[in-house]
Amino acid sequence: MKPTDTRNTEYFHRVVDCQWACPAHTDVPEYIRLIAQGRFTDAYMVNRESNVFPGILGRVCDRPCEPACRRTRVDEKPVAICRLKRVAADHKSDIEARLPLVPERKNGKRIALVGAGCASLTVCNDLMPLGYECTVFEALDVPGGLMRSNIPAFRLPAEVLDEEIDYITDMGVDLRLNSPVESMRALLDEGYDAVFVGSGAPKGKELDLPGRSEGDASIHIGIDWLESVAFGHTKRIGKRVLIIGVGNTAMDCCRTSLRLGAEDVKVMARKPRTFFKASDWELEDAEEEQVEIVINHSPKSFVVEDGRLKGMMFDIMEYDIEDGRITDSRVIEETFLPADDVILAIGQETAFPWIERDIGIEFNEWDEPVVDRTTYQSTLPGVFFGGDAAFGPENIIWAVEHGHQAAISIHNHVHDKPVTDRLPRTVNLGSRKMGIHEWSYSNYFEPAARRQMEHVPLTERFRELDTEVELGFTAEQTACEVERCLNCDIQTVFTDELCIECDACVDICPTRCLTITDNAAEDELRQNLTAPADNTEQPLFASGELRQTGRIMVKDENVCVHCGLCAERCPTAAWDMQKSLLDIPYAADHDVTPCQKRRTGT
Amino acid sequence: MTWITKPKVDWAGQQRNPLGLTIRDYEGVMSTLCAGCGHDSVTAALVQAFWEMAIRPEQVIKLSGIGCSSKTPAYFLGGAHGFNSVHGRMPSIATGALAAHRDLIAVGISGDGDSLSIGMGQFAHAVRRNINVLYLIENNGVYGLTKGQFSASADCGSKSKRGVESRQQAIDPVATAITLGGSFAARSFSGDKKQLVPLIKAGLSHPGCAVIDVISPCVTFNDHEGSTKSYAFTRAHHEAVTEADLVEPAEAIETEYDWGDAVNVTVHDGSTIRFKKLEPDYDWSSRAGALQYLEHHRERGEVVTGLLYRDADQPDFHTIAKTAKQPLRDMEYEQLCPGSDALTSLQDRLR
Repeated sequence: MKPTDTRNTEYFHRVVDCQWACPAHTDVPEYIRLIAQGRFTDAYMVNRESNVFPGILGRVCDRPCEPACRRTRVDEKPVAICRLKRVAADHKSDIEARLPLVPERKNGKRIALVGAGCASLTVCNDLMPLGYECTVFEALDVPGGLMRSNIPAFRLPAEVLDEEIDYITDMGVDLRLNSPVESMRALLDEGYDAVFVGSGAPKGKELDLPGRSEGDASIHIGIDWLESVAFGHTKRIGKRVLIIGVGNTAMDCCRTSLRLGAEDVKVMARKPRTFFKASDWELEDAEEEQVEIVINHSPKSFVVEDGRLKGMMFDIMEYDIEDGRITDSRVIEETFLPADDVILAIGQETAFPWIERDIGIEFNEWDEPVVDRTTYQSTLPGVFFGGDAAFGPENIIWAVEHGHQAAISIHNHVHDKPVTDRLPRTVNLGSRKMGIHEWSYSNYFEPAARRQMEHVPLTERFRELDTEVELGFTAEQTACEVERCLNCDIQTVFTDELCIECDACVDICPTRCLTITDNAAEDELRQNLTAPADNTEQPLFASGELRQTGRIMVKDENVCVHCGLCAERCPTAAWDMQKSLLDIPYAADHDVTPCQKRRTGT
Repeated sequence: MTWITKPKVDWAGQQRNPLGLTIRDYEGVMSTLCAGCGHDSVTAALVQAFWEMAIRPEQVIKLSGIGCSSKTPAYFLGGAHGFNSVHGRMPSIATGALAAHRDLIAVGISGDGDSLSIGMGQFAHAVRRNINVLYLIENNGVYGLTKGQFSASADCGSKSKRGVESRQQAIDPVATAITLGGSFAARSFSGDKKQLVPLIKAGLSHPGCAVIDVISPCVTFNDHEGSTKSYAFTRAHHEAVTEADLVEPAEAIETEYDWGDAVNVTVHDGSTIRFKKLEPDYDWSSRAGALQYLEHHRERGEVVTGLLYRDADQPDFHTIAKTAKQPLRDMEYEQLCPGSDALTSLQDRLR
């Protein structure tokens, strides 16, 4: 195996599993440490730099960080990263003074943004401090996009949404509500320097089965229905409700139904549980509210009698599953389930009826815009896409990252620089050694299990539609949960030349992840280590040849708990604990030469 | 010394031995020795050996005297019995403990000061009595606890950390043990667990006194240029002459691989100790041959390691001294203390 190139930024970045998994690369260990120190405002600002909406995401993020958390490999459950984010947001003090200053003298560049959702708002957040004039066109009478219309208030209170959106709009964004964009051609004709499309994926998928049109009055499209509830147009639903589909929208639909008077709510899934799209915690929350999740029921038809929906027919399915994949399926029997209302939550799509197809923006065979994965630019230079509008439905945190990247592209584009001119991520390392036995981080391993968040009692939570269910962590819970974090960003850094091969680190490692051994191919090495390194998703670190024997130091990153004992026991400081700080370039970091200057030069 | 506690992390992929114990279950308290001390590696090798052999910690008694080495029993097998005795007197305590309870697995940990200076007499007699103990000497050539003076095993001509040369002759515990009629004499290096762990396992299964001299560098006072017990010097000069490994009865069948001219010796519990000569002309069953080989290599400045001499036919301490088969703690009070009448009749017989 070749020596690991730790000068490559991505190696140490990858060790921080949560930050690696987060699309926006939020510095999770750093903000958890700040919370541990009671520095909630600082923790909030660390979050805000990358994910822009900590209060919102601390409640409704899809948490790609948590399944990735190292803690899941040494313990049962990950650190409650998402809920700790909420702790920072709930307990912070006023942050107005810490927000970037917006220059009074603008740079003369005007940007149009379509849709006031998380992607567009992120672009504004990155560009307003640089002197841009951003104009956001929003069809509804409030900003927030799907965060507002599709996430029920019992999960995401309006105040939280308002606060974090206001931080951005208060920078002087020209927010035009009730202003749907009807024509891209017309928008382009207005002479903006760039256009960003962040209009989401607003079209709920249809289920065309017999009886669909006859029962239309009682059959609802999930996201439209949620929007109608959010804006107070829909205030009640029948006693018996069937939700078709088992994604996160379905979870919001079933829980909202319960708050509008439904008593018997069933979520109908075509496949077994392992194939569900909804996050585990959303399923748990729904089941806690007595929603029944019915598996292996494939919708067949809507049953309508005398113009009224009576229920639905389903095929009961049986599947052959091999290695987690369905290889065959068959219908065993059919069944009827009565219902007063049916909500379809089987997915959503982008829709761009307002973009003319002859203005240079190419669409692919599925009628989706062709968008570059790095620059977020469409085939028409100067027109950028982000959020769900770019590649179909994803999560808020993805939309935020799209916004950051599109902002860089826009910044380059309007200054006549190639949009592909992008700074790489870098990593800074700094030793955490403070004294002979002192390390400037809490390396104590907290064996406690994940803290369980308190919920409003079932009897109370259905009274009002907007009673937030989750109460947030108590001080005691927070104190415990922060210590569960393993500080993966405090890296074990090895210096070959210093090692005297005394084995001290190998012997002391509590999870047996170090080995000094003869070099071999990676597959062979993985089996020759102190403990076999069977998790091939986690990399091995290999040093160069050691001075005394020519063997190499190998570290299996898989279950390292970053306790620092290897460095503590190393007599020559060949191992050191160093904090890695990932430097993520944003639009503001991209130095653009003013175009006027360039003109005079040539 | 470390102030951070070694966390107990119970992760899913941990390996377990036939008793269902993880290797962490064989550890003791946190070491207070210097970071990088060879003794900590010896501790780790012991932990590894006991875990691999699936010995219940409570079957074991750990014995030691005084010194850095003698602190190590605290650092492994927290669930075992132990006795930390007076300087150099570990063998006496071991003898007593075994006389009282012969089923105990005894591990005596000593050092070059403890066994070759103050306890030299005790060491000599433990070897010739062939007491059933794994007698492990953590040999670093200096008195680390008193700031690095030469010990009796410091080689003549080696330099102290302050540059002073040792002018006295060194005692070689392996050669001494063979001369004294020892039944098992081996040498290893703390930095070579591949060799040390199998040797410890072989020593634990040996019926009698198994002396293992482990070169265990003192990272603080004897790891410099000019030292003959440093990591670098030992690595450059150690010469493995044999390999030994213990084959448990259960795995005896699948041992055919790549052992060339290996010799198998069955021990009392049905296990096999497997020896392999790395030097074709080495005879590990000959006292004269072993001593000659050791002396020859000493003259060339080489440190010979491996199992150097073994004689399983020598009667052990229990056979020689006719110790009680039943542990004393299991005997009836009347049997242990037959009363003054019995004493009187014994004394009468001796008049």
